[in-house]
Amino acid sequence: MMNDESKLSSHSLLVIRNSTLEMSLLDTKFGQGGIIITGVDEVINWARLSSLWPMGFGIACCAIEMMSTYTSGYDLDRFGIFPRPSPRQSDVMIVAGTVTFKMADRIKRLYEQMAEPRYVVSMGSCSNCGGPYWQHGYHVVKGVDRIIPVDVYVPGCPPRPETLIGGFLKLQEKIRKESLVEPKAIEKLMQKKTEV
Amino acid sequence: MQFEEIKNIISDKIGSSAIIKEDAAQLQPQLTVDQKFLLSICRELHVNPSLYFDYLSCITGIDNGPEKGTMEVIYHLYSIPFNHHFILKVELQRTIDALPSAPSVTSIWKTADWHEREVYDMFGIKFEGHPDLRRILLPADWEGYPLRKDYKQQEYYHGIKVEY
Repeated sequence: MMNDESKLSSHSLLVIRNSTLEMSLLDTKFGQGGIIITGVDEVINWARLSSLWPMGFGIACCAIEMMSTYTSGYDLDRFGIFPRPSPRQSDVMIVAGTVTFKMADRIKRLYEQMAEPRYVVSMGSCSNCGGPYWQHGYHVVKGVDRIIPVDVYVPGCPPRPETLIGGFLKLQEKIRKESLVEPKAIEKLMQKKTEV
Repeated sequence: MQFEEIKNIISDKIGSSAIIKEDAAQLQPQLTVDQKFLLSICRELHVNPSLYFDYLSCITGIDNGPEKGTMEVIYHLYSIPFNHHFILKVELQRTIDALPSAPSVTSIWKTADWHEREVYDMFGIKFEGHPDLRRILLPADWEGYPLRKDYKQQEYYHGIKVEY
């Protein structure tokens, strides 16, 4: 990463790998016609993690904390996180509350309606592992990961808004490390097949 | 109006045979009645101009367990204009092959609709004459009645393990 101002003048060539490009690029003025060369993964991931749209729904008291995280005091919008009214427009699902068996079918359906790549943040003890209902809660699913895959678990009962923001920072870290272009798993599989 | 006076009105209008037991010593005195007379008693409590119980605050179910073999339904009544309370109780046999049943009071108090559905959902007590008796909290295909003393939760629900 080059930060020297002279290098950023017009017609300069900037090479960025393994980017943490957000801040250092955005607080510098560009000349005209600057060119940036970077990896496709870095740019795509940067775009994806900077605009995570969660599905706008909550199922218990955790949702109250989630809502206050959206408000101007904590301002999730500064991370590009803004609730959407439809699973079709959402990138991430915040499971904020107690998942009952009656709700489980609905949550699974909503998750399936989201377009890939999709993520799940499990917020609070209930959706992490059943919470206070773990022993006698006959009606509670003991962890939302029994019905859908979870990317980030946010601990707390309920978690404070700072904790939820922390969860999203973890999710951003995860997305930053992802690769959408290299089909490594398929290559490995093919190699195995040819070996056999 | 006090408990004794209300009790006397019931035994005058319906007959003293309708009253099985009274528990006046408690903080909240209560009257156990024969379920055959429940509907007529409730109607009297509702329409009698000196009682005017226009509000059914709550319906409670109780399971006394398989040893005792009884279940109870408790009706908390309140009169808004007179500001007096009354508690009615019916005792049911805890039958194993069929669900125990009590008469529905939805024809008198509309609010009994959801209260009775909840008692049905949690205790498996049927209410004869209820317009729409189905589970209110749990999913329709749930097995068993969770607030019964001998309730055992199912192992799986729609392929999801129930146990922790």
